[in-house]
Amino acid sequence: MAALPARKLEAAEALLAAHPAPQGEGAWAREARAAAAARLREMGAPIGRDEYWKWTDPSALTAPEAPAVPLHAAGPAIFADRGALTVVFVDGVLRRDLSDDLSLEGAEICTLEEALAADIHWAREVFGVLEARGQDPVARPLAAFNTAVAGQGLAIRATGKVSRPVLIKGVRESETSDALMHHVVKLEEGAELTVLEAGGPGARVNSVLEVEIADRAAFHQIRAHGPEAERRGAWHLFARLGTESVCKTFSVAAGGRLTRIEQVAELTGDDAAVHLAGACLGEGKDFIHDDTVFVTHDAVNCESRQVFKKVLRDQAKGIFQGKILVKPDAQKTDGYQISQGLLLDEHADFLAKPELEIYADDVACSHGSTCGAVDEDALYYLRARGIPKREAENMLVMSFLGEAVEEIESEDLAEEMRERIAQWVMDGA
Amino acid sequence: MLEIKNLQVKLEEEDKQILKGVDLTVEAGKVHAIMGPNGSGKSTLSYVLSGRDGYEVTGGSATLDGEDLLEMEAEERAAAGLFLAFQYPVEIPGVGNMTFLRTALNSQRKARGEPEMSAAEFLKHIREKAAQLQITQDMLKRPVNVGFSGGEKKRNEILQMAVLEPKMCILDETDSGLDVDAMKLVADGVNALRDAGRGFLVITHYQRLLDHIKPDVVHIMSDGRIIKTGGPELALEVEKNGYADLKEGA
Ligand SMILES: Nc1ncnc2c1ncn2[C@@H]1O[C@H](COP(=O)(O)OP(=O)(O)OP(=O)(O)O)[C@@H](O)[C@H]1O
Ligand SMILES: [Mg+2]
Repeated sequence: MAALPARKLEAAEALLAAHPAPQGEGAWAREARAAAAARLREMGAPIGRDEYWKWTDPSALTAPEAPAVPLHAAGPAIFADRGALTVVFVDGVLRRDLSDDLSLEGAEICTLEEALAADIHWAREVFGVLEARGQDPVARPLAAFNTAVAGQGLAIRATGKVSRPVLIKGVRESETSDALMHHVVKLEEGAELTVLEAGGPGARVNSVLEVEIADRAAFHQIRAHGPEAERRGAWHLFARLGTESVCKTFSVAAGGRLTRIEQVAELTGDDAAVHLAGACLGEGKDFIHDDTVFVTHDAVNCESRQVFKKVLRDQAKGIFQGKILVKPDAQKTDGYQISQGLLLDEHADFLAKPELEIYADDVACSHGSTCGAVDEDALYYLRARGIPKREAENMLVMSFLGEAVEEIESEDLAEEMRERIAQWVMDGA
Repeated sequence: MLEIKNLQVKLEEEDKQILKGVDLTVEAGKVHAIMGPNGSGKSTLSYVLSGRDGYEVTGGSATLDGEDLLEMEAEERAAAGLFLAFQYPVEIPGVGNMTFLRTALNSQRKARGEPEMSAAEFLKHIREKAAQLQITQDMLKRPVNVGFSGGEKKRNEILQMAVLEPKMCILDETDSGLDVDAMKLVADGVNALRDAGRGFLVITHYQRLLDHIKPDVVHIMSDGRIIKTGGPELALEVEKNGYADLKEGA
């Protein structure tokens, strides 16, 4: 193996030194932690020279300490009316006093701490396991770091159709909190579960979600981050899908200084479907929003969709790196990928790297990436009907984002997202 | 109502003069028709009046009830009562037809200092108009013009006109692409709005629409000018003989 730049190794050591692994865990958990730390040491911390970090400078994410971020009033609560079982994390630490009781029909929920302290626990098959699988062929060092040290999170096992969503709600009370969260989710055969996520739980966030989706199970995830100029974070999803299973995620961020979302999905059972969608609204030279996606088709007749839309203004930067890998036996694969940047002035920037790697012959894969300004004809049409320019522009922004929001299966949730985003678009005036 | 004097317009980006001195006055309560060969500048005239970017007015004036149209933003012209039914209505994915219309109506009302219409009032208002034009609930719910057939798009333009109740309506080839029945519906829609306070400028290539919407005055436009003005009989003459004679006579 080629020697890594010393910088990467030193940064990895510094991260591990600054964040000791939690104490008092079961033997299997300690092993998983140690293996993750070894993975990180082997790959090193990310630096701007890495292929998948060339557009997003990771240094604020790898600095041993979180850069200070002033506190500000939280916006209106998101997903408050969804009847969700709500779990609150303040500065990355689960607060049972602020959370609902962790009992939910059709599911077993405990804290990550509890799961990892147990000698025998289902989480053993998921924790660090899917993350480790997702390290090949592209290294995801921030996720390995997370598995090595993150002490907070939830372990959710869905055994049936869970009718209430689980809401992971982030609250920030400290200017320097470094929220390291790791959630493990397992859906048993035929189970259904929706996980919602709202609010930034720290000045800096490193969050990993591993999801094992058994045959005929369906997992939905929706994450919404409202306007907060200084938020920084890296979010990872590692999903493995069984036969006829479904995984659909949607994520939206308004503002935020640095957002890196990596989603890795592996279709291992026939007839499964994974839909990954996302949107952002960004403004100003400090804004970077990066979606990095890797979908592996390793079974027959699976479907994958990637739909990412970024609205960028005033030197904001949007990034999409999306790959579809179709393995030799993954016949009848249906892969779709679209990434689009809407530049509201000429100084914003959208960078996209769509990649297809196909080894099967009976495959339909399409991908497209566009980047452009508001449609002048549409703008004129709206204005000619009396709608003022700014409002007309906002309507076209919503129109642009529509395709991503439509990926949300629940009409109620999609409608809430539409309303929120419309509000954020309007307030951004 | 609408007064256009010696209006001269070129493209902003190119040195191309399109309107070379248009004179036209539409009085309140009257229907004027404009006919003319392809490329003569009919749509350009309607775009310039409604405030589309990309044109430069090099001379002349256009006023609506004495107010200088050319100084206003497109949305201000709409609020002042000008409406253009587009020759090519634009599709806007992701924006519902109803939301669009309600936003438009209330924007105009706000600009005029009138109270906004509540959701319930608006619903009643639009349902009535939609029924008259046989526009289905489904079409109202769908994104603006997306997946509409050519004829449906044109009917949707007339619905917008009916809902917004402008005082000066310009219809740019609203009849093209319409089947016989739809043409009748559109004409009924226009006729229902005809009253003493409203003016119409109907751009068309065919006499058929004018059978249903009887014009008071017919103008012939050619090469960026009005070359002849007359009564309804002028449209019949065009239908029979084309434009060649008229051009020579000009
Ligand atoms: N943006 C533009 N760029 C180049 N040429 C233009 C542009 N807009 C208009 N023109 C030209 O100006 C002339 C007038 O066009 P316009 O669309 O006004 O004609 P029209 O009378 O409406 O024709 P039709 O009956 O075919 O609808 C045409 O020669 C057209 O090609
Ligand atoms: Mg025309």
